[in-house]
Amino acid sequence: MKIERLLILVLLSYLGVFFLYPLIAILHKSLYGDGAYNLGQFISLIGDPYYLGRIWFTTWQALVSTLFTLIIGLPAAFLFAKYEFPGKTLLKAATTLPFVMPTIVVAMGFLALFGHNGLFNTFLMNIFDLDYTPINIVNSLTVIFMAHAFYNYSIVVRIVSSLWANLDPSLEETAKMLGASSLKVFYHVTLPLLLPAIVSSALLCFAFCFTSFGVVLILGGAEFATLEVSIYELTAKLFRLPMAGALSVIQLAFTYLFLLLYARIQETSAIPINFKPRELTTRKNITVQDRLFIFGAVLIILSITSPLISLAIRTIFFEGVDSAAQISNLFSNERGSYFDLSPLKIVFNSLRFALCSVFISLALGTIASYSITKSSKRTKSVRDALFMLPLGVSAVTLGFGYIISLSNPPVDIRGSWIILVVAHSLVAYPFVIRSLLPVLQGISPNLRAAAMILGADPKRVFISIDLPLITPALIVGATFAFAVSMGEFGASLILVRPEFTTIPVAIFRYLGLPGAENLWNALAMSSLLMIVVAIGFIGIERFRYKDLGSF
Amino acid sequence: MVMLEISNICKSYGSVSAVDNVTFSVNQGEIICILGPSGCGKTTLLRLVAGIDNADSGTVKFGGITISDLPSQLRGFGLMFQDLALFPHMNVFGNISFGLRMQGLKPSDIHTRVNKLLDLVEMSNYGNRKVHELSGGERQRVALARSLAPEPRLLMLDEPLASLDRALRETLQGQVRNILKEIGLTSLYVTHDRDEAFSMADRLVFMNQGKVIQIGTPEEVFYNPADEFVARSVGFKNIFRGIITRENNMLEISSPLGKLHPPAKEDISITHGTEVMFLIDEREIIIHNLDCSHEPNSTQLEGVVSEKVFRTGVYELKILAGDVQVSFLSTPTQNLDSIQSGDKVTVDIKPTAIRLISS
Repeated sequence: MKIERLLILVLLSYLGVFFLYPLIAILHKSLYGDGAYNLGQFISLIGDPYYLGRIWFTTWQALVSTLFTLIIGLPAAFLFAKYEFPGKTLLKAATTLPFVMPTIVVAMGFLALFGHNGLFNTFLMNIFDLDYTPINIVNSLTVIFMAHAFYNYSIVVRIVSSLWANLDPSLEETAKMLGASSLKVFYHVTLPLLLPAIVSSALLCFAFCFTSFGVVLILGGAEFATLEVSIYELTAKLFRLPMAGALSVIQLAFTYLFLLLYARIQETSAIPINFKPRELTTRKNITVQDRLFIFGAVLIILSITSPLISLAIRTIFFEGVDSAAQISNLFSNERGSYFDLSPLKIVFNSLRFALCSVFISLALGTIASYSITKSSKRTKSVRDALFMLPLGVSAVTLGFGYIISLSNPPVDIRGSWIILVVAHSLVAYPFVIRSLLPVLQGISPNLRAAAMILGADPKRVFISIDLPLITPALIVGATFAFAVSMGEFGASLILVRPEFTTIPVAIFRYLGLPGAENLWNALAMSSLLMIVVAIGFIGIERFRYKDLGSF
Repeated sequence: MVMLEISNICKSYGSVSAVDNVTFSVNQGEIICILGPSGCGKTTLLRLVAGIDNADSGTVKFGGITISDLPSQLRGFGLMFQDLALFPHMNVFGNISFGLRMQGLKPSDIHTRVNKLLDLVEMSNYGNRKVHELSGGERQRVALARSLAPEPRLLMLDEPLASLDRALRETLQGQVRNILKEIGLTSLYVTHDRDEAFSMADRLVFMNQGKVIQIGTPEEVFYNPADEFVARSVGFKNIFRGIITRENNMLEISSPLGKLHPPAKEDISITHGTEVMFLIDEREIIIHNLDCSHEPNSTQLEGVVSEKVFRTGVYELKILAGDVQVSFLSTPTQNLDSIQSGDKVTVDIKPTAIRLISS
């Protein structure tokens, strides 16, 4: 009992100092000016057509991105829910990859595919012997929508297909027996049952698009800035911190609204639907139409991974740079690197921070999950929402909060690498909760009681029952945390000191430098990051309990 | 010799009283079945005795020593859960040996003991099987072996056979009882199934809404149900209310069925005018069309057969006498071809068919 309370106290203090305190500092910064609290910043913000425009743009681009994501995600959800075909598991793993890819890798993948020297343009120019680039969608809205859909569609697929696959087919059969046509069955029975899943995946998707940073910063160019990008620019370039604070507060208010809605829908959608094991719900008789559908859907899913594939291809076949020589250069030579930091050192930085973040995230996530599981029914959702809060705060906002709150006493870690690890761990640990919680709640309390009656004291119950049962979920959570930390871009960009540059930050810096070699460095680093994350996630696929490991 | 003594134990969840002032004791080597509908507090009572949950008040003694505050791992009891709670990450051997490992036994001793238990539950060579590879009946036996392994002083079984089909359940009932009796284990067996309780128990404890209603051997409970609840749980369907009248020193009951004569052995001290509840044993009713023997003091009723159901060897008739429905159960040798639904029948209710319910 005592140790449990102590651990929860540690968790709460960590959240208090590194999450709540920075948020309060942001609020303070935005409200305090000219020696008193006032709404001056907000008033001047609302009076500024530029920032009003940012809010409007952020909202509607997120809306369009979400719709686009749903359009390509729902057929894939249907495919995974209802059909069995060879290579399904592999394809399913492939759909997850984009979601866990660092935003910067996604952005680089789209550059590699659609950029001026990208695969599409090179290919078309060679075939048709053109002297201009036929595809010019970089720095346009189109590419932002595509990247957002690429990034988020696995959310739609995972959430909707896991519900769809387990819907009791006798519900649809009953409707048919009562005389409904297939279309009416879908409209009156299937769709209403799926709606909570569709809406909650759409809300999640919307929230992610709303706070999109890396994709918009790299692919959107100067013309298209979301709130998140504006906060970054105000903080890191224009040094208008009170204004950045006001904008952060507005963005926070929006994201919480979405997450609140999401939580509500999650709660209400917990109405008992008769779930049936998958084997019973898969379609048995496959017609020609079914085959056509499967073929089409698989094609779409494969095309979605094309940015990642082209990233690898672009890196290997880069014109004007000898890849092999460049690789040895990358890992041996100090020259050509940025800020006298060898690429090897950058990789080492990322790995070091990621390992520390994984360790902290696992500890925080495990404590939080146990606390949620052990709480009463009434307080469960409150605690769950409380511990998941960091997921709702964008990384740039968090980084900005650290700059204004953690750079002077009582907590001064601004100059230390610890600040990066802290930021990463906060962004990552909700993922540990999400992978751990379903498993933990699935452990029948009778298992522990049985062990106790057979003579195990609480410590041995934990070691011999809990630990072995949650280990797979811990591995999944650790991999998520590792990927999040390796790819974390927004907070790192704001907080990083040159000597602690991480891979994503380095990619961004290389992009800003002239010369083919720097572009290749950016591509190569992105490929490296992609491979590390991909290996991790393909490796843990077998630890996933059905679809429980996702949201 | 009394082993387990439960005194005035209470447990409520919020405003709901799950276990309400329960008191009874269990003798050495006795199998006690706790019988009652779902939600009557049976499982809660087991959890209190096991020490998984703490009682609000009352004491639990074992072998004369109060154990109410003893953590469950030190009680030396066994509990077989309704969902069995087999450890999914261990194989059969790992599950059965768990309690022995907790006792710190030598691996060789553990092996010997586990193999012995596997023999006992007729599952030799199953040690390396994964739990999810087992059938329902096999899991049941593994769970039983696991709770027997540490040689508990008291074994509690919470509806251990509830999830099995009828045939398997009946086979296992016999096996479980034989195993428990062979070891001479003091046991608490919770069930909501009357037949299971009657075939397992030395004594029965009837529970309803957290309270103990009646304790007794199967025969005692069957022939003297304490109240309507127990009578219905035991399976009686003809339960009526009436008023005692005394005429010519003869005990009579005025009831919706007319004047009835209880058997002479019934307590004659009941005063005139007392309202009583009584049951009519549906196997002791005579239908005139079938049986002409007339018993003295029996009451005749005219009725219409409203329902005729064939139940594995015997017929059950529902007879409407006026607006009162009476159930009748035939004997295996009776031929009921001549009676159909809608027929008029004359029914004789013998004094021996009538039993006053104590309350």
